[in-house]
Amino acid sequence: MINMISRLGQSVIYNCEQAGYLTLFLLRALGRMFSWPIKLGPIIKQLHFIGAKSTFVIVTASLTIGLVLGLQLYYELNKFGAVDRLGTVVALSMIREMGPVVTALMVIGRAGSAMCAEVGIMRTDEQLDALECMAIDPYRFLMVPKFWATIISLPLLVAISDVVGILGGYVAGVWIFDVPSGAYFYGMYSSVDWVDINMGLVKSFVFGLIIVWISTGKGFLLHLDREGSYGAEGVSRITTQAVVLASISVLVADYLISAFMI
Amino acid sequence: MTTTDDQTAPGIIKIEQLTTHYGERQILDELNLEVNRGEVLVIMGGSGSGKSTLLRTMLGLNKATSGSVDIMGIDVVNANRKQLYQLRRNIGVAFQGGALFGSMSLIENVQLPLREHTNLDENTIRIMSRLKLDMMNLSGFDDLMPSELSGGMIKRAALARAVVMDPKLLFFDEPSAGLDPVVAAELDEYILELKQAMDMTIVVVTHELESAFRIADRITILDKGKMVITGTVDEVKQSQDQHVQNLLNRRAARDPISPDEYLDLLTRTKASRPIPGRIHD
Amino acid sequence: MRQLKVEFYVGLFVIAGIAALAYMAVKMGDLNLFEQDNSYQVVGRFTSVSGLKDGASVELSGVKLGKVTSIIYDTERQEAVVTMQVPNTVKLSTDSIASVRTSGIIGDKYIKVTPGGEEDFMQEGDEFEQTESALDIEELISKFVFSTGDDK
Repeated sequence: MINMISRLGQSVIYNCEQAGYLTLFLLRALGRMFSWPIKLGPIIKQLHFIGAKSTFVIVTASLTIGLVLGLQLYYELNKFGAVDRLGTVVALSMIREMGPVVTALMVIGRAGSAMCAEVGIMRTDEQLDALECMAIDPYRFLMVPKFWATIISLPLLVAISDVVGILGGYVAGVWIFDVPSGAYFYGMYSSVDWVDINMGLVKSFVFGLIIVWISTGKGFLLHLDREGSYGAEGVSRITTQAVVLASISVLVADYLISAFMI
Repeated sequence: MTTTDDQTAPGIIKIEQLTTHYGERQILDELNLEVNRGEVLVIMGGSGSGKSTLLRTMLGLNKATSGSVDIMGIDVVNANRKQLYQLRRNIGVAFQGGALFGSMSLIENVQLPLREHTNLDENTIRIMSRLKLDMMNLSGFDDLMPSELSGGMIKRAALARAVVMDPKLLFFDEPSAGLDPVVAAELDEYILELKQAMDMTIVVVTHELESAFRIADRITILDKGKMVITGTVDEVKQSQDQHVQNLLNRRAARDPISPDEYLDLLTRTKASRPIPGRIHD
Repeated sequence: MRQLKVEFYVGLFVIAGIAALAYMAVKMGDLNLFEQDNSYQVVGRFTSVSGLKDGASVELSGVKLGKVTSIIYDTERQEAVVTMQVPNTVKLSTDSIASVRTSGIIGDKYIKVTPGGEEDFMQEGDEFEQTESALDIEELISKFVFSTGDDK
């Protein structure tokens, strides 16, 4: 019994410590994000990896989701004779919720896991120590380009996702069910507001920060993991943790932002 | 950045009363050591002797509990980040696994310190990095990625990167680990060449005897965080100390154990549980 | 060559993203960057505008021409004051009527303007002389139900 309680205590202390280290990591990275000089080359390289290379996956996913939304909502709206609201409902769902969340989850799976594994391997391989010993700040050299690239990529990816999703809804509604195309777009234009787009943007920025923070942070702090850290096993474990933690954080943040901004 | 007056002082590194802990466990125990300018000092010891910790503490990567490590006039233990970074510009480090960056080609790896710390033009950077690569017999492999290099080449590349800024002080962690004896001997030649050609002070951490005897001016042997002996190769070879003899004869060092304790060890139902989060090497 | 390709894809990605953002901002966010000064504002006072929102359309003969820019409550006269933006090309005679209508049963509320016959046109800041407030369907139904049934 006492053993159990002390294990619980140990676990609480450990998790608090980890949260503290992660916060410290975030603050240091954020601090260096704005310190001159910012090198463009590495940021572009990361933009290519995080943003450009994710576009295809996100377009595919958003198109599918738009199609499904179109199909499902058509049947429901048809019951009320309100099919001319289809455009509005699809657009609002995409812009407010589906676009940001789907994009974030896809980016976590594609780029977040890769970033975590990359930084984790650099930790076990002593590459981070090597940077330190070359008097090169690992935060500035490694984290700043990743932070900038993710925070720039996410809103752009979310915008692409929104538009493609709306197009998917259009395909389902107008091509398959003969909803008048004017009604689809007109309803959308008149009832989607700047407020909705703004919410999507805020979400995408916050999600971007969460993704890059947790994935790089988890990898960076690999040596502090309690289950022993070195080797391939440590990297794989930490990557799984980062993906799960980032996904859950994104969903929780999604709820909180929705709750505060409506 | 170092002042001229400590050019005359013999010690480039002065370690005094250095004690470090990993969690609750004491790793180094009031260690004293001095490294002279221009010499090759080899730090030896079995695994768990604290030699890696000593190296990491000297580099400022690990924190010390007490004591001081003075490198070129800067106390690494209490230095702030800025001072450490200043100091490290004059230090080269070659890590055990090479620690080359997988996303950069061989030459980009070597050029990295130059690009980060100097404003040299592209041509000069290329010439300087090629010079160091050539010194390590790596000419013509410029554009290979680290994944395409052999183990020996990776070590040489790491060495080239460590000396590209012409440091006064070079640390080398386990130069011969993971290499076959021929390649290891070759690497030792490069270390000696660096010492002679560039007048570097070199600190090597290793557990390979032959390698140590080939390159060392002086050898320090650590055991359980304490210094057993420091002296020239001959002094170490003639030492009567039990630990030294164990190491020289490659006998496993084991504490004497009573028959009762031994029986207890074998019949215990449960092995004593290691504390989570601690290393046990 | 490789570097060039990377930059090309990044450029393409950024352009696509910004185009998508711009499309949404202009079409849905009603972000007007180009047509600032070719419209004027008129005001209507209603006893109820229940359901009407900022940005709702202002229609003439069923065509969307303008939009609602603000809805405030006048505490003195206890009325809702709705400001509408109408393009300069649309001339409204001074006796036009503004009414709050609903498109379909659960549709959006909008303002329907019925032109009058006067010679003079409304200017910037003018008020509609006549307005019709929102019809509250629930209220109508309950009125109907309870007035025909037993007294309650």
